Amino acid sequence: MAMASEAGVSAPADARLGELPPAPSGDSPRPTSRDLPYRVVSSKVRLTVRVREIWESRELFVFLVRKELKVKYKSSVLGLLWSMLNPAVVLMVYYVVFKYVLKNPTPDFALYLFSGLLVWNLFSTVLPGSSSTIVANAGIVKKVAFPREILPLSQVGTGVVFLFFQMIVMALFLLGFQYSPDWAYMPIALFALVDLVVLTAAFAIFLSAVNVYYRDVEHLVAVLLQAWFWGIPVVYNYNLVYNELVKLHAFHWLMDIYLIDPITPLVLAFQRAFYGHVVVSVPHQGRYQVLAGYSAGFYVEMLAGVLVAGVLLLLGAMRVFGRIEGNFAEEL
Amino acid sequence: MTVAIDVQGVSKRFRLYHQKYTSLKERVVHGGHVPFEEFWALEDVSAEITAGQTVGILGRNGSGKSTLLKCIAGILQPTGGQVVVRGQLAAMLELGAGFQPELSGRDNIYLNGSLLGLSTKEIDRRFDEIVAFAELEQFIDNQVKYYSSGMYVRLGFSVAVSVEPDVLLVDEVLAVGDERFQQKCMDRIQQFQRDGRTIVVVSHSPDLMRDICDTVLVLDRGRKVTMAPAGEAIRIFRERLIESGFATAPAAPADEAEQVEGAAPVEITTRRRVVELLSASASYARQDERNYIETGEPIDFRVDFDVSTPVSGVQFKITLLNERGGIVFSSTSSGAASGMPLDVGRGCATFIFDSMVLLDGRFSVTVEARDSGGVVLDILDPGCDFEVMNPGRAVGIVGLPMRVEVLPPGSGELPRAAATAR
Repeated sequence: MAMASEAGVSAPADARLGELPPAPSGDSPRPTSRDLPYRVVSSKVRLTVRVREIWESRELFVFLVRKELKVKYKSSVLGLLWSMLNPAVVLMVYYVVFKYVLKNPTPDFALYLFSGLLVWNLFSTVLPGSSSTIVANAGIVKKVAFPREILPLSQVGTGVVFLFFQMIVMALFLLGFQYSPDWAYMPIALFALVDLVVLTAAFAIFLSAVNVYYRDVEHLVAVLLQAWFWGIPVVYNYNLVYNELVKLHAFHWLMDIYLIDPITPLVLAFQRAFYGHVVVSVPHQGRYQVLAGYSAGFYVEMLAGVLVAGVLLLLGAMRVFGRIEGNFAEEL
Repeated sequence: MTVAIDVQGVSKRFRLYHQKYTSLKERVVHGGHVPFEEFWALEDVSAEITAGQTVGILGRNGSGKSTLLKCIAGILQPTGGQVVVRGQLAAMLELGAGFQPELSGRDNIYLNGSLLGLSTKEIDRRFDEIVAFAELEQFIDNQVKYYSSGMYVRLGFSVAVSVEPDVLLVDEVLAVGDERFQQKCMDRIQQFQRDGRTIVVVSHSPDLMRDICDTVLVLDRGRKVTMAPAGEAIRIFRERLIESGFATAPAAPADEAEQVEGAAPVEITTRRRVVELLSASASYARQDERNYIETGEPIDFRVDFDVSTPVSGVQFKITLLNERGGIVFSSTSSGAASGMPLDVGRGCATFIFDSMVLLDGRFSVTVEARDSGGVVLDILDPGCDFEVMNPGRAVGIVGLPMRVEVLPPGSGELPRAAATAR
């Protein structure tokens, strides 16, 4: 035994001895100054330049996301498992409460709830974090030059990673309940996910910049998110609102206002894809409409609308960010 | 010659808030008006820095030198004007800025490196080099929060210099670590200079500037005073300091305290002195247009005295002291111990220095009169003072006369080196 292990050790040691020292790092001929990239520092930076600089810092973005994940679960035994445990427990609690305590008639209510929560969780966890991110990272903002948008964007990136973990939980639940999602609507859910990321990024960038000047923003965001949650059909059925509005005869324009909330179409799309059942029949209560009866075409239209709005908001947010970014280092 | 950094009429305005209102409520309460004063940290500063130069930005505290550096780095945006930087830029404003205490040294190298603009591939390639330079091989997988401050700063410097930028900005961070590590840092900076990279250093230490910079930009209250070769610029900087009263007037209370503590206070009899030193003064060329001499120029110190009783032997002693009170030079008027006999009346003694070899600094002159037995008859402390500026590149205390002869290879037989005794 001892002999064998000795031999095992000595072989690579010999190999190491035989190796040449690493060659001096490849000194490519230094480019002449003519083809060197140049950068202009001034108070006015064009949007295209900003976007290019963000793109060039994408590796930094990856490292920042990795840092967030590592720091968050550092020195914890379960580590990243916590990010799945948390939604799983929430799911269980909601399931028990709504199914057995509140007697919600919706079948498989936990899945209905969870498909909406996927969307909402990303939005509602990223925004408070990104509002304070510039202030929290004052140390590097004051000392290192990099596109500052990366900071809120890395919060969005972290949120997307967590969304991914929650999707794994979702998949496990689907398997556990032997429940099949509506695969035909999966591309639409993907579309909604793109919308969600763009929209969240827009809010994140805007809020992170404004929070440098008004530190209320991060608190205000927390409060507003509490209220906002009840404005989207996650816990209740979209049709509840729909039916009430029909009774009021002001159906269309009130409905439009309700749908203007850009998160609502995203939630609906996720529910349509993962929950899938538009109309279910409940024993003793007859047929019961759970989801909106919109066609796939209408979903695409809605989501396209949200995408356009999201991109516009994103450009606007970057503009605002660029305007006030110049004073970050002194305001912090 | 191409311009690496073009600073075009850069101005930077700061708002100094009397009290910072960062909450919405406070802003509403004050009607949206937050009282502030405008303060121009930089006013219309222009400078062209050619590629390969090492440029210092010199100025006293609050002169805007760090603000200018931050504008070049792109951390601050100028209120007016613009900066064009050609090539990859790295700024060392604070070592280890952005280190995450919870992460390991390894993770922090990647995070910090990418903050400074390195790609993952480049970091992979230089990783071992970075760790070796920081001398942290054993600890690289420990969390940074367990590092000593020295290790922390070493890692920060090591990552920063691994960027190999075309333009390097340094803000007084060179004095890190122990002496040996400092030497390594200086070597790395000099390596950068040899590679033809552009370096901008901010400091308020003229010695460092003279040591490493070709050109120095002097700032005063946000305005450019001059941009000139190092020696010349430092001279102008010191002139400015004197003009604005910063370099003169050594703190009187401290001096008194020192005197009290100082050993062997000189006893001077209260009765009428045999020899009274009346005044001392310095005289040098162009005294009416400037209040300093340059290294190597002649200077005379004259002492007027009054003799009330004939004395058999008097010696005059001059002592030059630096700003900290250390003796730089001290000597007596004559080699003879007995001194020279003096009759009643007034006279003067002049100490003539043909070449004042001291380098930069402000020096005070103390003059004593002693009798042949070494008893102090009178003392003028301080008698007068003078200022020396060094237009050249030498650093240290004295400018020793020196020249360099280099025999390049192939210039014939080399003279035999003297045997070195060890």
